[in-house]
Amino acid sequence: MPATYYTKEHEWVKVEGNIATVGITDFAAHQLGDVTFVELPSTGKTVKQFEVLCAIESVKAASDIYSPVSGKVVSVNEVLDNTPEVVNESPESAAWMACLEMSDPGETARLMTREQYEEYLNGL
Amino acid sequence: MEQLRETPLIGRHTALGALVAPFGGWNMPIQYEGIIAEHRWCREKAALFDICHMGEFLYKGDIVAGGLDHLFSFPVSTIPVGRSRYGFLLNDQGGIIDDLIVFRLADAEAMIVVNAATADNDFTVITSRLNDPALIRDLSAATGKLDLQGPLSRDILVDLLGPEIAEIPYFRFIRMNILGSEAIVSRTGYTGELGYEIFLPSEKVTQLWDLLAANPGVKPAGLGARDLLRLEVGYSLYGNDLDETITPLEAGLDGFVNFGSPFTGREALLKQQAEGLRRAKIALRVGSRRSPRHHYEVWSGDTRVGTVTSGAFSPMLGCGIGLALVDPVVAATGTCITIRHENVTMDATVCGLPFYSGGSLRR
Repeated sequence: MPATYYTKEHEWVKVEGNIATVGITDFAAHQLGDVTFVELPSTGKTVKQFEVLCAIESVKAASDIYSPVSGKVVSVNEVLDNTPEVVNESPESAAWMACLEMSDPGETARLMTREQYEEYLNGL
Repeated sequence: MEQLRETPLIGRHTALGALVAPFGGWNMPIQYEGIIAEHRWCREKAALFDICHMGEFLYKGDIVAGGLDHLFSFPVSTIPVGRSRYGFLLNDQGGIIDDLIVFRLADAEAMIVVNAATADNDFTVITSRLNDPALIRDLSAATGKLDLQGPLSRDILVDLLGPEIAEIPYFRFIRMNILGSEAIVSRTGYTGELGYEIFLPSEKVTQLWDLLAANPGVKPAGLGARDLLRLEVGYSLYGNDLDETITPLEAGLDGFVNFGSPFTGREALLKQQAEGLRRAKIALRVGSRRSPRHHYEVWSGDTRVGTVTSGAFSPMLGCGIGLALVDPVVAATGTCITIRHENVTMDATVCGLPFYSGGSLRR
Protein backbone atom coordinates (compact mmCIF):
# COMPACT_ATOMS: atom_id res chain seq x y z
CA MET A 1 0.00 0.00 0.00
CA PRO A 2 1.69 3.28 -1.12
CA ALA A 3 1.82 6.12 1.40
CA THR A 4 2.32 9.80 0.59
CA TYR A 5 4.23 12.23 2.81
CA TYR A 6 4.88 15.96 2.67
CA THR A 7 7.69 18.41 3.55
CA LYS A 8 7.68 21.94 4.95
CA GLU A 9 9.22 23.03 1.62
CA HIS A 10 6.05 21.73 -0.11
CA GLU A 11 7.39 18.60 -1.78
CA TRP A 12 5.38 15.36 -1.78
CA VAL A 13 6.83 11.88 -1.82
CA LYS A 14 4.94 8.69 -2.60
CA VAL A 15 6.57 5.61 -1.13
CA GLU A 16 6.00 2.13 -2.64
CA GLY A 17 8.40 -0.49 -1.31
CA ASN A 18 11.83 1.18 -1.45
CA ILE A 19 10.92 3.46 -4.39
CA ALA A 20 10.08 7.10 -3.62
CA THR A 21 8.41 9.30 -6.25
CA VAL A 22 8.90 13.05 -5.68
CA GLY A 23 7.04 16.15 -6.83
CA ILE A 24 5.82 19.52 -5.55
CA THR A 25 2.43 20.15 -3.99
CA ASP A 26 -0.56 21.93 -5.43
CA PHE A 27 0.12 24.74 -2.96
CA ALA A 28 3.71 25.14 -4.20
CA ALA A 29 2.68 25.10 -7.87
CA HIS A 30 0.08 27.76 -7.18
CA GLN A 31 2.60 29.93 -5.33
CA LEU A 32 5.13 29.65 -8.17
CA GLY A 33 2.66 30.64 -10.87
CA ASP A 34 3.32 29.59 -14.48
CA VAL A 35 6.20 27.10 -14.41
CA THR A 36 8.56 27.65 -17.36
CA PHE A 37 11.48 25.30 -16.64
CA VAL A 38 12.26 22.22 -14.57
CA GLU A 39 15.88 21.21 -14.12
CA LEU A 40 15.57 17.45 -13.61
CA PRO A 41 18.29 15.63 -11.67
CA SER A 42 20.59 13.19 -13.50
CA THR A 43 19.75 9.54 -13.07
CA GLY A 44 22.31 7.93 -10.79
CA LYS A 45 22.65 11.10 -8.69
CA THR A 46 22.66 10.38 -4.97
CA VAL A 47 21.13 12.85 -2.59
CA LYS A 48 20.63 13.12 1.16
CA GLN A 49 17.30 13.93 2.81
CA PHE A 50 16.42 17.68 2.58
CA GLU A 51 19.33 18.43 0.21
CA VAL A 52 18.76 20.08 -3.17
CA LEU A 53 17.40 17.52 -5.64
CA CYS A 54 16.68 19.78 -8.63
CA ALA A 55 15.46 23.26 -9.56
CA ILE A 56 12.34 24.87 -10.90
CA GLU A 57 11.64 28.23 -12.52
CA SER A 58 8.40 30.10 -13.00
CA VAL A 59 7.58 33.39 -14.65
CA LYS A 60 8.03 34.92 -11.19
CA ALA A 61 10.95 33.15 -9.54
CA ALA A 62 13.65 30.47 -9.49
CA SER A 63 13.66 27.97 -6.62
CA ASP A 64 15.26 24.74 -5.49
CA ILE A 65 13.42 21.49 -4.88
CA TYR A 66 14.64 19.49 -1.89
CA SER A 67 14.66 15.73 -1.68
CA PRO A 68 12.19 14.44 0.96
CA VAL A 69 14.32 11.29 1.40
CA SER A 70 17.89 10.07 0.89
CA GLY A 71 18.62 7.85 -2.07
CA LYS A 72 19.69 7.40 -5.66
CA VAL A 73 17.75 8.84 -8.60
CA VAL A 74 16.61 5.93 -10.79
CA SER A 75 14.30 7.75 -13.24
CA VAL A 76 13.10 11.25 -14.08
CA ASN A 77 9.97 12.61 -15.76
CA GLU A 78 11.36 13.80 -19.09
CA VAL A 79 7.93 15.08 -20.14
CA LEU A 80 8.70 18.13 -18.01
CA ASP A 81 11.70 19.07 -20.21
CA ASN A 82 9.47 20.42 -22.95
CA THR A 83 6.14 20.84 -21.16
CA PRO A 84 6.93 22.19 -17.68
CA GLU A 85 3.39 23.64 -17.58
CA VAL A 86 2.27 20.13 -16.54
CA VAL A 87 3.50 21.17 -13.08
CA ASN A 88 0.67 23.72 -12.93
CA GLU A 89 -1.90 21.38 -14.48
CA SER A 90 -1.23 18.28 -12.39
CA PRO A 91 1.37 18.95 -9.68
CA GLU A 92 0.53 16.01 -7.44
CA SER A 93 0.19 13.36 -10.15
CA ALA A 94 1.36 13.78 -13.79
CA ALA A 95 4.15 16.18 -12.81
CA TRP A 96 6.18 13.80 -10.68
CA MET A 97 9.82 14.81 -11.07
CA ALA A 98 12.02 11.90 -10.03
CA CYS A 99 11.96 8.39 -8.61
CA LEU A 100 14.55 7.54 -5.98
CA GLU A 101 15.73 4.24 -4.61
CA MET A 102 15.51 4.98 -0.90
CA SER A 103 18.53 4.30 1.27
CA ASP A 104 16.69 4.67 4.60
CA PRO A 105 12.91 4.06 4.65
CA GLY A 106 12.86 5.16 8.30
CA GLU A 107 13.33 8.79 7.17
CA THR A 108 9.61 9.11 6.39
CA ALA A 109 9.16 9.55 10.14
CA ARG A 110 10.56 13.10 9.69
CA LEU A 111 7.87 13.96 7.08
CA MET A 112 4.24 15.04 7.45
CA THR A 113 1.11 13.06 6.65
CA ARG A 114 -1.60 14.71 4.50
CA GLU A 115 -3.50 15.77 7.63
CA GLN A 116 -0.38 17.23 9.23
CA TYR A 117 0.54 19.04 5.99
CA GLU A 118 -2.91 20.59 5.69
CA GLU A 119 -2.69 21.72 9.30
CA TYR A 120 0.75 23.20 8.49
CA LEU A 121 -0.72 25.07 5.45
CA ASN A 122 -3.51 26.49 7.61
CA GLY A 123 -0.88 27.92 9.94
CA LEU A 124 1.02 29.73 7.16
CA MET B 1 6.38 53.19 5.27
CA GLU B 2 4.33 55.18 2.79
CA GLN B 3 0.74 54.04 2.26
CA LEU B 4 0.28 52.17 -1.04
CA ARG B 5 -1.98 53.98 -3.47
CA GLU B 6 -4.86 52.25 -5.26
CA THR B 7 -6.51 52.93 -8.61
CA PRO B 8 -10.32 53.31 -8.95
CA LEU B 9 -10.36 49.71 -10.25
CA ILE B 10 -9.00 47.98 -7.12
CA GLY B 11 -12.48 46.57 -6.38
CA ARG B 12 -12.69 45.07 -9.88
CA HIS B 13 -9.26 43.46 -9.52
CA THR B 14 -10.01 41.83 -6.18
CA ALA B 15 -13.44 40.67 -7.42
CA LEU B 16 -11.65 38.99 -10.36
CA GLY B 17 -9.36 37.20 -7.91
CA ALA B 18 -6.26 39.04 -9.06
CA LEU B 19 -2.94 38.69 -7.29
CA VAL B 20 -2.37 42.27 -6.14
CA ALA B 21 1.10 43.45 -5.12
CA PRO B 22 3.06 46.70 -4.63
CA PHE B 23 4.48 48.29 -7.78
CA GLY B 24 5.94 51.80 -7.86
CA GLY B 25 4.12 52.81 -4.68
CA TRP B 26 0.82 51.39 -5.89
CA ASN B 27 -1.14 48.25 -5.11
CA MET B 28 -1.48 46.83 -8.62
CA PRO B 29 -2.84 43.64 -10.25
CA ILE B 30 0.09 41.37 -11.19
CA GLN B 31 -2.02 38.58 -12.67
CA TYR B 32 -5.59 37.35 -12.94
CA GLU B 33 -5.86 33.85 -14.47
CA GLY B 34 -2.11 33.51 -15.10
CA ILE B 35 0.72 35.52 -16.63
CA ILE B 36 1.29 33.30 -19.67
CA ALA B 37 -2.42 32.95 -20.48
CA GLU B 38 -2.82 36.74 -20.28
CA HIS B 39 0.30 37.24 -22.41
CA ARG B 40 -1.07 34.89 -25.07
CA TRP B 41 -4.48 36.56 -25.01
CA CYS B 42 -2.82 39.91 -25.73
CA ARG B 43 -0.84 38.47 -28.65
CA GLU B 44 -3.97 36.81 -30.11
CA LYS B 45 -7.02 38.85 -29.01
CA ALA B 46 -7.18 42.01 -26.87
CA ALA B 47 -5.90 42.52 -23.33
CA LEU B 48 -7.17 45.25 -21.00
CA PHE B 49 -4.68 46.83 -18.58
CA ASP B 50 -5.34 49.16 -15.65
CA ILE B 51 -2.58 51.75 -16.07
CA CYS B 52 -4.09 54.43 -13.83
CA HIS B 53 -0.92 54.45 -11.73
CA MET B 54 1.11 56.27 -14.39
CA GLY B 55 1.55 60.04 -14.06
CA GLU B 56 0.12 62.74 -16.33
CA PHE B 57 1.21 66.39 -16.32
CA LEU B 58 -0.55 69.11 -18.31
CA TYR B 59 1.50 72.03 -19.63
CA LYS B 60 -0.33 75.12 -20.85
CA GLY B 61 1.65 77.99 -22.31
CA ASP B 62 4.03 78.89 -25.10
CA ILE B 63 6.22 75.81 -25.63
CA VAL B 64 9.43 77.77 -26.31
CA ALA B 65 8.96 80.88 -24.18
CA GLY B 66 7.79 78.85 -21.15
CA GLY B 67 10.86 76.61 -21.22
CA LEU B 68 9.24 73.26 -22.11
CA ASP B 69 11.08 72.98 -25.40
CA HIS B 70 14.45 72.22 -23.81
CA LEU B 71 13.30 69.94 -21.01
CA PHE B 72 13.50 66.60 -22.75
CA SER B 73 15.87 64.77 -25.13
CA PHE B 74 13.92 66.19 -28.09
CA PRO B 75 12.32 69.61 -28.76
CA VAL B 76 8.59 69.52 -27.96
CA SER B 77 8.02 72.37 -30.46
CA THR B 78 8.82 70.00 -33.34
CA ILE B 79 6.04 67.54 -32.44
CA PRO B 80 3.02 68.30 -34.65
CA VAL B 81 -0.31 68.75 -32.84
CA GLY B 82 -2.02 65.34 -32.65
CA ARG B 83 1.22 63.38 -32.38
CA SER B 84 3.30 62.09 -29.50
CA ARG B 85 6.99 61.31 -29.02
CA TYR B 86 9.00 59.05 -26.71
CA GLY B 87 12.14 60.35 -25.01
CA PHE B 88 13.88 61.19 -21.75
CA LEU B 89 14.15 63.61 -18.87
CA LEU B 90 17.89 63.69 -18.10
CA ASN B 91 20.14 64.92 -15.33
CA ASP B 92 23.30 66.99 -15.90
CA GLN B 93 25.36 63.82 -16.31
CA GLY B 94 23.04 62.53 -19.04
CA GLY B 95 21.52 59.93 -16.67
CA ILE B 96 17.87 59.07 -17.21
CA ILE B 97 15.57 60.61 -14.56
CA ASP B 98 12.64 59.08 -16.44
CA ASP B 99 11.50 57.86 -19.85
CA LEU B 100 8.25 59.43 -20.98
CA ILE B 101 5.91 60.30 -23.83
CA VAL B 102 4.94 63.88 -24.69
CA PHE B 103 1.58 64.42 -26.39
CA ARG B 104 1.24 67.70 -28.33
CA LEU B 105 -2.38 68.51 -27.51
CA ALA B 106 -2.44 71.99 -29.08
CA ASP B 107 -0.06 74.72 -30.21
CA ALA B 108 0.42 75.83 -26.59
CA GLU B 109 -0.57 72.67 -24.73
CA ALA B 110 1.20 69.37 -24.04
CA MET B 111 0.58 66.31 -21.87
CA ILE B 112 3.57 64.49 -20.39
CA VAL B 113 3.03 60.85 -19.41
CA VAL B 114 5.57 59.43 -16.94
CA ASN B 115 6.22 56.31 -14.85
CA ALA B 116 4.35 55.85 -11.58
CA ALA B 117 7.32 55.42 -9.23
CA THR B 118 9.11 58.47 -10.62
CA ALA B 119 6.12 60.78 -11.14
CA ASP B 120 6.51 62.92 -8.02
CA ASN B 121 10.23 63.53 -8.57
CA ASP B 122 9.69 64.15 -12.30
CA PHE B 123 7.14 66.84 -11.48
CA THR B 124 9.55 68.54 -9.08
CA VAL B 125 12.39 68.47 -11.62
CA ILE B 126 10.25 69.63 -14.54
CA THR B 127 8.68 72.44 -12.52
CA SER B 128 12.09 73.66 -11.36
CA ARG B 129 13.34 73.86 -14.94
CA LEU B 130 10.37 75.80 -16.32
CA ASN B 131 10.39 79.60 -16.45
CA ASP B 132 7.13 79.67 -14.50
CA PRO B 133 5.98 76.73 -12.34
CA ALA B 134 2.35 77.78 -12.86
CA LEU B 135 2.58 76.57 -16.48
CA ILE B 136 2.32 72.93 -15.46
CA ARG B 137 -0.10 70.93 -13.32
CA ASP B 138 0.08 67.38 -12.02
CA LEU B 139 -3.16 65.73 -13.18
CA SER B 140 -2.13 62.19 -12.19
CA ALA B 141 -4.75 61.70 -9.48
CA ALA B 142 -7.60 63.05 -11.63
CA THR B 143 -6.59 61.13 -14.76
CA GLY B 144 -7.37 57.49 -15.43
CA LYS B 145 -5.64 55.39 -18.08
CA LEU B 146 -6.74 52.11 -19.65
CA ASP B 147 -4.69 50.29 -22.28
CA LEU B 148 -6.36 47.97 -24.78
CA GLN B 149 -3.68 46.00 -26.60
CA GLY B 150 -3.86 43.19 -29.12
CA PRO B 151 -4.85 42.47 -32.72
CA LEU B 152 -8.58 42.82 -31.97
CA SER B 153 -8.23 46.15 -30.16
CA ARG B 154 -9.00 48.35 -33.18
CA ASP B 155 -12.23 46.54 -34.10
CA ILE B 156 -13.39 46.52 -30.48
CA LEU B 157 -12.80 50.25 -30.04
CA VAL B 158 -14.39 51.10 -33.40
CA ASP B 159 -17.55 49.26 -32.27
CA LEU B 160 -17.55 50.97 -28.88
CA LEU B 161 -16.28 54.48 -29.65
CA GLY B 162 -16.75 55.06 -33.38
CA PRO B 163 -15.10 54.72 -36.81
CA GLU B 164 -12.57 57.53 -36.18
CA ILE B 165 -10.55 55.06 -34.08
CA ALA B 166 -9.66 53.15 -37.25
CA GLU B 167 -7.96 56.25 -38.69
CA ILE B 168 -5.39 56.82 -35.90
CA PRO B 169 -1.83 56.05 -37.11
CA TYR B 170 0.93 54.81 -34.78
CA PHE B 171 2.10 57.48 -32.28
CA ARG B 172 -0.86 59.73 -33.05
CA PHE B 173 -3.95 60.39 -30.95
CA ILE B 174 -7.40 61.91 -31.11
CA ARG B 175 -9.43 63.82 -28.51
CA MET B 176 -12.99 62.63 -28.24
CA ASN B 177 -15.95 62.45 -25.91
CA ILE B 178 -16.16 59.19 -23.96
CA LEU B 179 -19.03 58.68 -21.47
CA GLY B 180 -19.71 62.41 -21.47
CA SER B 181 -16.13 63.45 -20.70
CA GLU B 182 -13.22 64.73 -22.75
CA ALA B 183 -10.80 61.86 -23.39
CA ILE B 184 -7.67 61.06 -25.39
CA VAL B 185 -7.29 57.89 -27.44
CA SER B 186 -3.68 57.29 -28.43
CA ARG B 187 -2.30 54.62 -30.75
CA THR B 188 0.58 53.68 -28.48
CA GLY B 189 1.39 50.87 -26.08
CA TYR B 190 3.96 48.68 -24.39
CA THR B 191 3.30 45.26 -25.89
CA GLY B 192 4.40 45.17 -29.54
CA GLU B 193 0.78 44.68 -30.57
CA LEU B 194 -1.73 46.94 -32.25
CA GLY B 195 -3.14 48.88 -29.32
CA TYR B 196 -4.48 52.00 -27.75
CA GLU B 197 -3.99 53.97 -24.56
CA ILE B 198 -7.09 55.79 -23.36
CA PHE B 199 -6.85 58.76 -20.97
CA LEU B 200 -10.04 59.93 -19.29
CA PRO B 201 -11.19 61.37 -15.95
CA SER B 202 -10.56 58.85 -13.18
CA GLU B 203 -14.23 58.86 -12.11
CA LYS B 204 -15.15 57.40 -15.54
CA VAL B 205 -12.54 54.63 -15.54
CA THR B 206 -14.66 51.93 -13.92
CA GLN B 207 -17.52 52.51 -16.34
CA LEU B 208 -15.20 52.26 -19.37
CA TRP B 209 -13.46 49.19 -17.89
CA ASP B 210 -16.84 47.44 -17.54
CA LEU B 211 -17.82 48.28 -21.13
CA LEU B 212 -14.53 46.97 -22.49
CA ALA B 213 -14.38 43.91 -20.23
CA ALA B 214 -17.90 42.88 -21.38
CA ASN B 215 -16.55 42.25 -24.90
CA PRO B 216 -15.84 38.53 -25.42
CA GLY B 217 -12.58 39.40 -27.19
CA VAL B 218 -11.27 41.21 -24.11
CA LYS B 219 -9.64 39.79 -21.00
CA PRO B 220 -7.94 41.75 -18.23
CA ALA B 221 -4.16 41.37 -18.04
CA GLY B 222 -1.86 42.31 -15.17
CA LEU B 223 1.55 43.85 -14.87
CA GLY B 224 3.19 40.40 -15.04
CA ALA B 225 1.97 39.84 -18.60
CA ARG B 226 2.77 43.45 -19.47
CA ASP B 227 6.39 42.92 -18.40
CA LEU B 228 6.74 39.78 -20.57
CA LEU B 229 5.10 41.47 -23.55
CA ARG B 230 7.36 44.52 -23.40
CA LEU B 231 10.52 42.47 -22.96
CA GLU B 232 9.73 40.26 -25.98
CA VAL B 233 9.78 43.38 -28.15
CA GLY B 234 12.83 44.81 -26.37
CA TYR B 235 11.26 47.83 -24.67
CA SER B 236 13.12 49.15 -21.64
CA LEU B 237 11.57 49.25 -18.16
CA TYR B 238 12.49 52.19 -15.94
CA GLY B 239 14.01 51.00 -12.67
CA ASN B 240 15.32 47.80 -14.34
CA ASP B 241 16.94 48.76 -17.64
CA LEU B 242 17.06 52.52 -17.11
CA ASP B 243 17.96 54.68 -14.13
CA GLU B 244 19.76 57.89 -13.21
CA THR B 245 23.20 56.28 -13.65
CA ILE B 246 22.49 55.05 -17.20
CA THR B 247 22.50 57.33 -20.23
CA PRO B 248 20.32 56.87 -23.35
CA LEU B 249 23.53 56.11 -25.31
CA GLU B 250 24.45 53.24 -22.96
CA ALA B 251 20.84 52.05 -23.07
CA GLY B 252 21.02 51.88 -26.88
CA LEU B 253 18.27 54.48 -27.17
CA ASP B 254 20.20 57.29 -28.91
CA GLY B 255 17.51 57.28 -31.63
CA PHE B 256 15.29 59.11 -29.11
CA VAL B 257 17.87 61.87 -28.50
CA ASN B 258 17.94 64.93 -30.75
CA PHE B 259 21.36 66.57 -30.48
CA GLY B 260 20.29 69.40 -32.81
CA SER B 261 18.78 71.46 -29.99
CA PRO B 262 19.80 72.19 -26.39
CA PHE B 263 18.56 70.12 -23.42
CA THR B 264 19.83 69.27 -19.94
CA GLY B 265 22.39 66.46 -20.22
CA ARG B 266 23.28 67.17 -23.85
CA GLU B 267 26.91 68.15 -23.15
CA ALA B 268 27.47 65.05 -21.02
CA LEU B 269 26.07 62.83 -23.77
CA LEU B 270 28.23 64.49 -26.43
CA LYS B 271 31.28 63.97 -24.22
CA GLN B 272 30.36 60.32 -23.69
CA GLN B 273 29.85 59.89 -27.41
CA ALA B 274 33.26 61.42 -28.17
CA GLU B 275 35.10 59.37 -25.54
CA GLY B 276 33.37 56.11 -26.44
CA LEU B 277 30.98 54.07 -24.32
CA ARG B 278 32.31 52.08 -21.39
CA ARG B 279 29.24 49.85 -21.36
CA ALA B 280 26.53 49.01 -23.84
CA LYS B 281 23.06 47.52 -23.82
CA ILE B 282 22.74 44.08 -25.39
CA ALA B 283 19.91 41.70 -26.04
CA LEU B 284 20.59 38.05 -25.28
CA ARG B 285 18.98 34.68 -25.95
CA VAL B 286 19.55 31.76 -23.61
CA GLY B 287 20.09 28.31 -25.12
CA SER B 288 17.43 26.74 -22.85
CA ARG B 289 14.13 27.53 -21.15
CA ARG B 290 16.04 29.03 -18.21
CA SER B 291 15.28 32.67 -17.37
CA PRO B 292 17.96 35.26 -16.82
CA ARG B 293 16.78 37.74 -14.19
CA HIS B 294 17.51 41.30 -13.06
CA HIS B 295 21.00 41.48 -11.42
CA TYR B 296 22.26 38.11 -12.77
CA GLU B 297 25.93 38.36 -13.83
CA VAL B 298 27.17 38.32 -17.42
CA TRP B 299 30.50 36.57 -18.03
CA SER B 300 32.75 36.07 -21.05
CA GLY B 301 34.94 33.08 -20.25
CA ASP B 302 36.50 33.86 -16.86
CA THR B 303 35.81 37.60 -17.03
CA ARG B 304 32.80 39.33 -15.55
CA VAL B 305 31.59 41.67 -18.31
CA GLY B 306 28.26 43.02 -17.10
CA THR B 307 24.84 42.60 -15.50
CA VAL B 308 21.42 41.49 -16.67
CA THR B 309 18.90 44.35 -16.37
CA SER B 310 15.75 42.42 -17.44
CA GLY B 311 15.12 38.78 -18.14
CA ALA B 312 12.31 36.28 -18.58
CA PHE B 313 11.18 33.11 -20.27
CA SER B 314 9.71 34.10 -23.63
CA PRO B 315 6.54 32.14 -24.40
CA MET B 316 6.77 33.20 -28.06
CA LEU B 317 10.39 32.07 -28.51
CA GLY B 318 10.38 29.16 -26.07
CA CYS B 319 13.67 30.20 -24.46
CA GLY B 320 15.08 32.63 -21.92
CA ILE B 321 15.64 36.20 -23.13
CA GLY B 322 17.17 39.24 -21.51
CA LEU B 323 18.64 42.71 -21.72
CA ALA B 324 22.01 43.47 -20.14
CA LEU B 325 24.53 46.25 -19.69
CA VAL B 326 27.97 44.94 -20.67
CA ASP B 327 31.49 45.80 -21.69
CA PRO B 328 31.23 46.84 -25.37
CA VAL B 329 33.81 44.16 -26.32
CA VAL B 330 31.09 41.50 -26.04
CA ALA B 331 28.30 43.58 -27.59
CA ALA B 332 28.52 42.25 -31.16
CA THR B 333 25.61 40.11 -32.33
CA GLY B 334 26.51 36.43 -32.20
CA THR B 335 28.95 36.76 -29.27
CA CYS B 336 28.70 33.81 -26.87
CA ILE B 337 28.35 34.78 -23.20
CA THR B 338 27.47 33.07 -19.94
CA ILE B 339 24.85 34.18 -17.42
CA ARG B 340 25.61 33.27 -13.81
CA HIS B 341 23.74 33.49 -10.54
CA GLU B 342 24.74 31.51 -7.43
CA ASN B 343 24.97 27.89 -8.63
CA VAL B 344 23.10 28.52 -11.89
CA THR B 345 24.93 28.93 -15.20
CA MET B 346 23.34 29.43 -18.60
CA ASP B 347 24.89 29.82 -22.04
CA ALA B 348 23.55 32.70 -24.08
CA THR B 349 24.15 34.50 -27.36
CA VAL B 350 24.02 38.23 -28.06
CA CYS B 351 21.19 38.89 -30.52
CA GLY B 352 19.30 41.72 -32.20
CA LEU B 353 16.02 43.35 -31.17
CA PRO B 354 13.14 42.80 -31.14
CA PHE B 355 13.22 39.23 -29.84
CA TYR B 356 9.70 38.77 -31.18
CA SER B 357 8.71 40.55 -34.39
CA GLY B 358 5.42 38.87 -35.25
CA GLY B 359 3.23 41.39 -33.40
CA SER B 360 0.33 43.35 -34.88
CA LEU B 361 1.82 46.72 -33.84
CA ARG B 362 1.82 48.40 -37.26
CA ARG B 363 -1.02 46.43 -38.81
